[in-house]
Amino acid sequence: MDALLGPFVEFGFMRRALVGCLALSVAAPLLGVFLMLRRTSLTAEVLAHGVTPGIAAGFLIAGLSVPAMSIGGLVAGLVVAVGAGALSRATGGREDAALTALYLIALALGVTLVSLRGDTGDLTHLLFGQVLGVDDPALLLMAGVATLTLPVLALGWRPLALECFDPGFAQAEGAQGGAWHMAFLGLVVLNVLAAFQAMGTLMAVGLMMLPAVAARHWSRELSGLAYAAVGLATASSIAGLLASYHLDLPSGPAIVLSAGLLWIVSVVAGPVDGLLARWLRRPHLAG
Amino acid sequence: MRGPAVEVANLTATHQRHPAVHHVTARFEPGSLTAIVGPNGAGKTTLLRSIAGLHRIDSGRVAISGASPRLALLPQQSGMDRAFPILCLDVVMQGMWSKLGAFRSASAGDRDRAQAALEAVGLGGFARRPVGAMSAGQFQRLLFARLLVQDADLILLDEPFNAVDARTASDLLGVVRRWHGEGRTVMAVLHDMDLVREEFPHCLLLARECVASGPTAEVLSAANRLKARMMAEAWDETAPACAA
Repeated sequence: MDALLGPFVEFGFMRRALVGCLALSVAAPLLGVFLMLRRTSLTAEVLAHGVTPGIAAGFLIAGLSVPAMSIGGLVAGLVVAVGAGALSRATGGREDAALTALYLIALALGVTLVSLRGDTGDLTHLLFGQVLGVDDPALLLMAGVATLTLPVLALGWRPLALECFDPGFAQAEGAQGGAWHMAFLGLVVLNVLAAFQAMGTLMAVGLMMLPAVAARHWSRELSGLAYAAVGLATASSIAGLLASYHLDLPSGPAIVLSAGLLWIVSVVAGPVDGLLARWLRRPHLAG
Repeated sequence: MRGPAVEVANLTATHQRHPAVHHVTARFEPGSLTAIVGPNGAGKTTLLRSIAGLHRIDSGRVAISGASPRLALLPQQSGMDRAFPILCLDVVMQGMWSKLGAFRSASAGDRDRAQAALEAVGLGGFARRPVGAMSAGQFQRLLFARLLVQDADLILLDEPFNAVDARTASDLLGVVRRWHGEGRTVMAVLHDMDLVREEFPHCLLLARECVASGPTAEVLSAANRLKARMMAEAWDETAPACAA
């Protein structure tokens, strides 16, 4: 018991990290579920790397300041989101190669910009984040983004789901799927920025996508996917922080590795299309 | 109920400037049941989508009579994500979008109505099934249930009996007959000429241009069908601007 609670009771920085990660865990995986269902999982990765040059520019101007880096990242993220949408239209939905090119360029540009002024410590911070070094402005950003994401998603839930399932019907019924999708992409940018504070640009989408992909093995219903994804992300955050404390691992990767472990468990043991469920076949029903 | 009349006047709708529907004029009477037939690439889907306001009209116009006619379109299934994690009852509930929209909650009565629509298309026990587990025929039944719930005055069906077996087709045809009996205006894009002759009093033969429209027996004469076949499907890259 002490191994589970002790670190959080004893150390303020562990409590702050926990609060930040839980804020990420309740909001980001829901976006991940929709990204997965739209088959645009790559978009999250592109946005995460796409914000890098903006964050780096903020860093060049103001140093390691959360507001400056966030504003830079927000601008860059929105530019990339709009650019990715244009690429998608121009390539008729086969944009993955172009998007990959885009995020590689963005990442290289970001790293180059930081190297102009910063040292290796700054670069490590940019790439991998520092969950255990989350300060007040960063914590406020993470909590504020989660606080904004949940009600906007709640309002847009039906149109977003309808747009995913049957875009033609959504259009015919005037469901405003396109407008909601833009708002949705805005939320993805904000969540990537919030996650960046803790996990860095290379790991930012870990808590967004891995729990969402794992959730697929726990439910056949959208609401079930959402609950499962949030549950898995929360478990990954706590497990990752504890592993990081007890085993002296870097915290961001430890959280993403925990999420990865839960994904593997889901693939093997999940009730929906899980490997075990496939191997241990129960007798078929009579009708 | 009396469905609206639909007036299509000199309608042209294009794909990248090439007309899919070219100067088509046709009238669909209130409560009429019309089959839209013609070769592949004849512009049948584009015509339906233009009437539904989903395809930009290049010139001409579409007029639907009545104060606020409710319109429902059954598209071909290809645009839908059949693997989406959603239950059958929730798909049927989508048909109440005009009433419930994005925010309002469904009442017990709404759910009963959706359940009744499922039963009407022979999917009574399917309410809690995910759509991913359904066959093409069952999925088409499900889309008909959603149409039933939409309760539209003007119903546009794009190849409603494609990829379904004879029994499903005949069940769904029963639903179409019921709509016709209730006085709704119905148009259906079809390829099965025997079915059109037996069940559809009116017919529009399309080959980008309107070859003929009116009572089915007259429209589907050998001469008209030959004419429709002759009209080139070709996509002429060097076609000059249309002077008409």
